[in-house]
Amino acid sequence: MSNPAIQIVNLSKLYHIGGPQKTYDRFGEQLADMVAAPFRRAMKLVRGKAGSASELDEELWALDDVSLEIKHGEAVGIIGRNGAGKSTLLKILSRITEPTSGYIDIYGRVGSLLEVGTGFHPELTGRENIYLNGAILGMKKAEIDRKFDEIIAFAEIDRFIDTPVKHFSSGMYVRLAFSVAAHLEPEILLVDEVLAVGDLAFQRKCLGKMDDVAHEGRTVLFVSHNMGLMQTFCTRGIYLQDGHVASDGPIGDVVDAYLKSIERNEAQNLVERTDRKGQGNVKLIDVEVISCREGASSILKTGEAVRFIFHVNNRVPGMNMNFSIYDQIGQTVMQFRTKDHSPKDIHDPGNRLTFICDVEQLFILPGRYRVDVGIVGDNRLQDYIEAAAFFNVTEGFIEGRLESHKEKFSVAIPHVWTLPANN
Amino acid sequence: MLTAQQTELPKTRIEPSKGWTSLNLRELWEYRELLYFFVWKDLKVRYKQTILGVTWAILQPILTMIIFSLFFGRLAKMPSDGLPYPIFNFAALVPWTFFANALVNASNSLVVNANMIKKIFFPRMTLPIATVLSGLVDFVLAFIILLAMMSYYDLTPTINIVWLPLFLLLALITSLGVSLWLSAMNVKFRDVRYTIPFLTQAWLFATPIAYSSSLLSEPWKTIYGLNPMAGVVEGFRWALLGTDTAPGPIILVSSLAALALFISGAYYFRRLEKDFADVV
Repeated sequence: MSNPAIQIVNLSKLYHIGGPQKTYDRFGEQLADMVAAPFRRAMKLVRGKAGSASELDEELWALDDVSLEIKHGEAVGIIGRNGAGKSTLLKILSRITEPTSGYIDIYGRVGSLLEVGTGFHPELTGRENIYLNGAILGMKKAEIDRKFDEIIAFAEIDRFIDTPVKHFSSGMYVRLAFSVAAHLEPEILLVDEVLAVGDLAFQRKCLGKMDDVAHEGRTVLFVSHNMGLMQTFCTRGIYLQDGHVASDGPIGDVVDAYLKSIERNEAQNLVERTDRKGQGNVKLIDVEVISCREGASSILKTGEAVRFIFHVNNRVPGMNMNFSIYDQIGQTVMQFRTKDHSPKDIHDPGNRLTFICDVEQLFILPGRYRVDVGIVGDNRLQDYIEAAAFFNVTEGFIEGRLESHKEKFSVAIPHVWTLPANN
Repeated sequence: MLTAQQTELPKTRIEPSKGWTSLNLRELWEYRELLYFFVWKDLKVRYKQTILGVTWAILQPILTMIIFSLFFGRLAKMPSDGLPYPIFNFAALVPWTFFANALVNASNSLVVNANMIKKIFFPRMTLPIATVLSGLVDFVLAFIILLAMMSYYDLTPTINIVWLPLFLLLALITSLGVSLWLSAMNVKFRDVRYTIPFLTQAWLFATPIAYSSSLLSEPWKTIYGLNPMAGVVEGFRWALLGTDTAPGPIILVSSLAALALFISGAYYFRRLEKDFADVV
């Protein structure tokens, strides 16, 4: 088990943006640029704007001196914000692009689900595309022959196998494409957000397939923004930040580190955000979602007490606020409104600019959730922000019952069963 | 068990390539099935949604032959080495059409498949090579028409026909060489696409298709062989129609020129290959 599947040593990837290496050039442009470049550089140097010649181009280190070892059979989740270098890493691993320096040793065949369906030809039938796409992905004809029935069965398109794929619905297309890729059976599988496609039922099927791959002892590298999925599939997490490895360890810890940094950012940015509606006499400036467990951690657990705190910058007459919680795929979970009074609600004379909502027991299943906030005052909508905050719930107990992640479900209610006698 | 499996796992090293890299023909060989599938796809798709379908493969050289026979044969009264002008012209147009189509299609092969290049790894060279190879089917169809025309003109091929495969090979190598150069260049400089119609036209007239190279005297005739297609065309006429432009020095020069074009094209392609995904 200790043998490495992937050994990454001092890997860096430099992209020139806006420098001499443009997306593509007209030859004349390139020529003019070549002539002009030395003068431009000289001018910059004279003005003292850069220390050395190499700093003069617009450069972006998508990966900067990354060293990692991934062992055989590990399921690794690669986490990071957009532009952190996740996709670049997968692109280098799948040999689509070359590193600028450093190297990677890979043991075994690499298969990637970077984007399914690439290389499909609309004029060819399902059957023909299976062979073509399989070959592009690196399968031998004999191998495709062997897995052919399995691929069709998985894609659920047996009736249309001899129809040109241009007549396929987008769902069928994606199912077939994923199915071909999923049957590649490489020793190392790279997966990049492919699960954003297809309907829910098929997504679950894909997840099941990936789970199989992981349990067969093959190595999986998984890039996704869905932390719930990450935690289901991966044992180890790697958090990339600006091309560096910011954190590497058990998936739970790495996800926490990532989410904390994200939430810190989101809280800071709330004031600066302009994607809001309303009059603006009152503005939401901060949202805190904290566990009331000792140590006031930001990690929430199902069944535990949680406090939502909303900071605003002003007061107007007749102020009311509400917030809604949405799950990972954007489905509503519940809404809380101050205008639905309860005799237990408190008006705190010492509190001027915060709304605090205490939830005694969080009846929400593990997952990641989004909070939208609306503030009404002066009989008008004052402020409305979508995704004002995110929070994550990890598994916990309700009535002594462990409530863990359930695909497609998000609410847990305390309940007790009466069962037939145990024989 | 895993350790036993581990030792069998092939190791791949991914590192930046520097300057002129090796051709890595072994990898290309490993992907030969993909090459086959690309050719197969090309053939399947090429004449889809056309009314005349595969007829286009023969219509193209036939129409050109008719135009050339009218203007160069009838009007300009070009000498045709003592042969009827249409057959003299068509024997040259068959390999030429193969070359011209290869050049046009292959030079766009990478750009057209940009999406695939950005998403999946495979030896990029398979794309232009497959495009060139799939043109061989059109060649065979046009060649059958050529044989039919020969029997119409009561021309029996000479024993020299045994050399014909070699001239076809020469045409193939030339096509591959030019395609590798142009397809790789086209990724970075889209100017190539606009140059190609002009290039094919100029090359057509720089090749003895409408006329015979016997118009030239030595040593110019041999120097003319630097255009490998000149060697191909003269070779075809000699092997099939028995013209006396014997494959002397001109073929030798053409073969060397074709090889130089092919090898330099392959290295040039390899050198640019690493940037394809970032640039295309």
